[in-house]
Amino acid sequence: MAQQKNLDGYVGFASLPNQVYRKSVKRGFEFTLMVVGESGLGKSTLINSLFLTDLYSAEYPGPSHRIKKTVQVEQSKVLIKEGGVQLLLTIVDTPGFGDAVDNSNCWQPIIDHIDSKFEDYLNSESRVNRRQMPDSRIHCCLYFIAPSGHGLKPLDIEFMKRLHEKVNVIPLIAKADTLTPEECQQFKKQIMREIQEHKIKIYEFPETDDEEENRLVKKIKDKLPLAVVGSNTIIEVNSKRVRGRQYPWGVAEVENSDHCDFTILRDMLIRTHMQDLKDVTNNVHYENYRSRKLAAVTYNGVDNNKAKGQLSTKSPLAQMEEERREHVAKMKKMEMEMEQVFEMKVKEKVQKLKDSEAELQRRHEQMKKNLEAQHKELEEKRRVFEEERANWETQQRLEQQKLEASRTLEKNKKKGKIF
Amino acid sequence: NIKQAVCSVTLVPDFFRSSGEGVRAVPLAGHVGFDSMPDQLVNKSVNRGFCFNILCVGETGLGKSTLMDTLFNTKFEGEPTQHNQPGVTLKSNTYELQESNVRLKLTVVNTVGFGDQINKEDSYKSIVEFIDTQFEAYLQEELKIKRTLHSYHDTRIHACLYFIAPTGHSLKSLDLVTMKKLDSKVNIVPIVAKSDAISKSELAKFKIKITSELVSNGVQIYQFPTDDESVAEINSTMNSHLPFAVVGSTEEVKIGNKMVKARQYPWGTVQVENENHCDFVKLREMLIRVNMEDLREQTHTRHYELYRRCKLEEMGFKDTDPDSKPFSLQETYEAKRNEFMGELQKKEEEMRQMFVQRVKEKEAELKEAEKELHEKFDRLKKLHQDEKKKLEEKKKSLDDEVNMFKQKKTAAELLLNQAQQAGGSTTLKRDKERKK
Repeated sequence: MAQQKNLDGYVGFASLPNQVYRKSVKRGFEFTLMVVGESGLGKSTLINSLFLTDLYSAEYPGPSHRIKKTVQVEQSKVLIKEGGVQLLLTIVDTPGFGDAVDNSNCWQPIIDHIDSKFEDYLNSESRVNRRQMPDSRIHCCLYFIAPSGHGLKPLDIEFMKRLHEKVNVIPLIAKADTLTPEECQQFKKQIMREIQEHKIKIYEFPETDDEEENRLVKKIKDKLPLAVVGSNTIIEVNSKRVRGRQYPWGVAEVENSDHCDFTILRDMLIRTHMQDLKDVTNNVHYENYRSRKLAAVTYNGVDNNKAKGQLSTKSPLAQMEEERREHVAKMKKMEMEMEQVFEMKVKEKVQKLKDSEAELQRRHEQMKKNLEAQHKELEEKRRVFEEERANWETQQRLEQQKLEASRTLEKNKKKGKIF
Repeated sequence: NIKQAVCSVTLVPDFFRSSGEGVRAVPLAGHVGFDSMPDQLVNKSVNRGFCFNILCVGETGLGKSTLMDTLFNTKFEGEPTQHNQPGVTLKSNTYELQESNVRLKLTVVNTVGFGDQINKEDSYKSIVEFIDTQFEAYLQEELKIKRTLHSYHDTRIHACLYFIAPTGHSLKSLDLVTMKKLDSKVNIVPIVAKSDAISKSELAKFKIKITSELVSNGVQIYQFPTDDESVAEINSTMNSHLPFAVVGSTEEVKIGNKMVKARQYPWGTVQVENENHCDFVKLREMLIRVNMEDLREQTHTRHYELYRRCKLEEMGFKDTDPDSKPFSLQETYEAKRNEFMGELQKKEEEMRQMFVQRVKEKEAELKEAEKELHEKFDRLKKLHQDEKKKLEEKKKSLDDEVNMFKQKKTAAELLLNQAQQAGGSTTLKRDKERKK
């Protein structure tokens, strides 16, 4: 927990902002801006007006001068310097957008381009050997709406819906000098209504703690979408040289806030919110891409029901670690179960064996007893018999003796000897 | 004013030199306004607040806490520690400081018990572990699927103040060993502590000795950067004064009509902020006022990257496959995952096989036992059969005797009858009757 401490004197870390300033200037800045819209809406002119340079010139013609059959995505890189600050500006063009008869999927090459830049960044961020990572991600997409005065076209809605979660979308009413202020007001209201209706998330200015700033932000919000006019020509108006478009009835001045919202766009895009556009791209759009990409990698194949759930906050490596641990636990459980089943079956078999042994033993005992009983019986029978025989034999002898005796007597009688 | 200084010098941004392909410089026809970019960036950082983490390594009693208090003009936590710690532990405290509109989250980490043990071989280990833990935490956050890096509280050590005891002779071996272990992990700023114990001439010799020992042992200490022209000169001058000899004090003494931080001795007063007395002001200038941001940057782009690279390589990640084609992130993770799943499958298979084996063995065992049992009972059965047979024989022999006797008896009775019939003796009659 952090403790608040008061300082009894100047330490000097208040110079940190200066240190950061110094380092950032040395490092230089980058910004990638994408412009999307049908040809003829003044995209190149607006870019030239915004950056006060001939980004698109005869030598490097703008998208409208390049007739394309399909939607292309092209990059122009320029290095511009101002007040010691160097900016590497990349303008991404999409010539051919909305120009065909059938414009279905004309946003696809654009989406693919944005994703490929995210992919490049993701890959360089994920390398083992990382060096300075150039940031070629699209920081802002200026979407040009034709000044019909009615509402958004289906293509406008479709495009913004598909891109609002991939890039900061800033819709602009192009060639606003064809609308009167009232028409413009109505048009803006209608557009904002449709944007809300279709839940399109256009770039939002961040709220700050500063009251003053918030008031300015609110003023800008009321003027959305910004209606802009661009020009490559300088015209003299009231002895001032200004960028503007010369009409028979007057000059529409690009930098006149009564004429159009150009200065608001420029101030917001370049002077105050350029860094925020980059931060939102990095912290929101890129992170969304990354987490979706990594979640797909982690849940590739095996666990499809998991993939339907929330995105984990863990890294794929931590995910693998967890899977490993889960697997180890599962294996342990399986091992235990197998062990149990094994033990049980062994016990069963052993028991059966024991039972059968006991049974056999019992039968054996039974038979032995039986045999013993028979033996006893036999012995008894013999004893009885022998006794009987002995008795009879004794008796026979006695009889015999008696017979002998009586015979001798008879014999003697016969002989007359006796009496 | 740095801003003015910067604007007057043409700086060439680093990576522009490399991104040569198809980039052309174009002139501007007026003020566009992107020169406010550094301000926009600075405003964001100021709103977010800054953070800085200092690690103080040094023996107990070298005035680490006092120096921190002096540097930041406040009183931080901490009781002076005893010398009887069994090992080196790291204590960290975080403070919220503010100076004008700049908020700084300062973490001061102290090594407690450093140098107090008899056997100091493992002293550096807990320090290295601590530093690595902070790198690991950041790496984990960076690798998460859903991460919030922009609001992450960075705890990585940005500067390590190494306190050298003011012996006046040379570095202790503990110092060399420790700094050698730390120099690839953190920005080391060595300082001679309590330098009011050394005289000016001794100090000059001491500094030279220390510097040469560091060089001869290959210890890389932090060098103040000289690539930015606006601060190159002051930084290179300061580099030549390393290591800074400092004195810390929160006590104030009146010098002239000002109260200054000082240490009062009978022979004089050492003024902390007097550059003739010690290098405190240089340290503060370099550490805080000029190079704080560089210290943070070096930590992130050099020390952390090294840690990350080693960690990822340890885990088997590579940037290219054997044919030197670069891997995409997806391929890398997928390859890792397949390898890992394969391992798990193998383990599972092995376990199953082992069980199948055991079952086989046990079955054979039991079959053996069953066989033995049957054999046993077959034997018993045979014994029993023999016994039975014997019994039958005995029975038969008895029956035979009985029959013989019956025959004899019958024969004898027959004879008797005959004899009686022949004799007709009354005795026989009498016997017969007797018999009846």
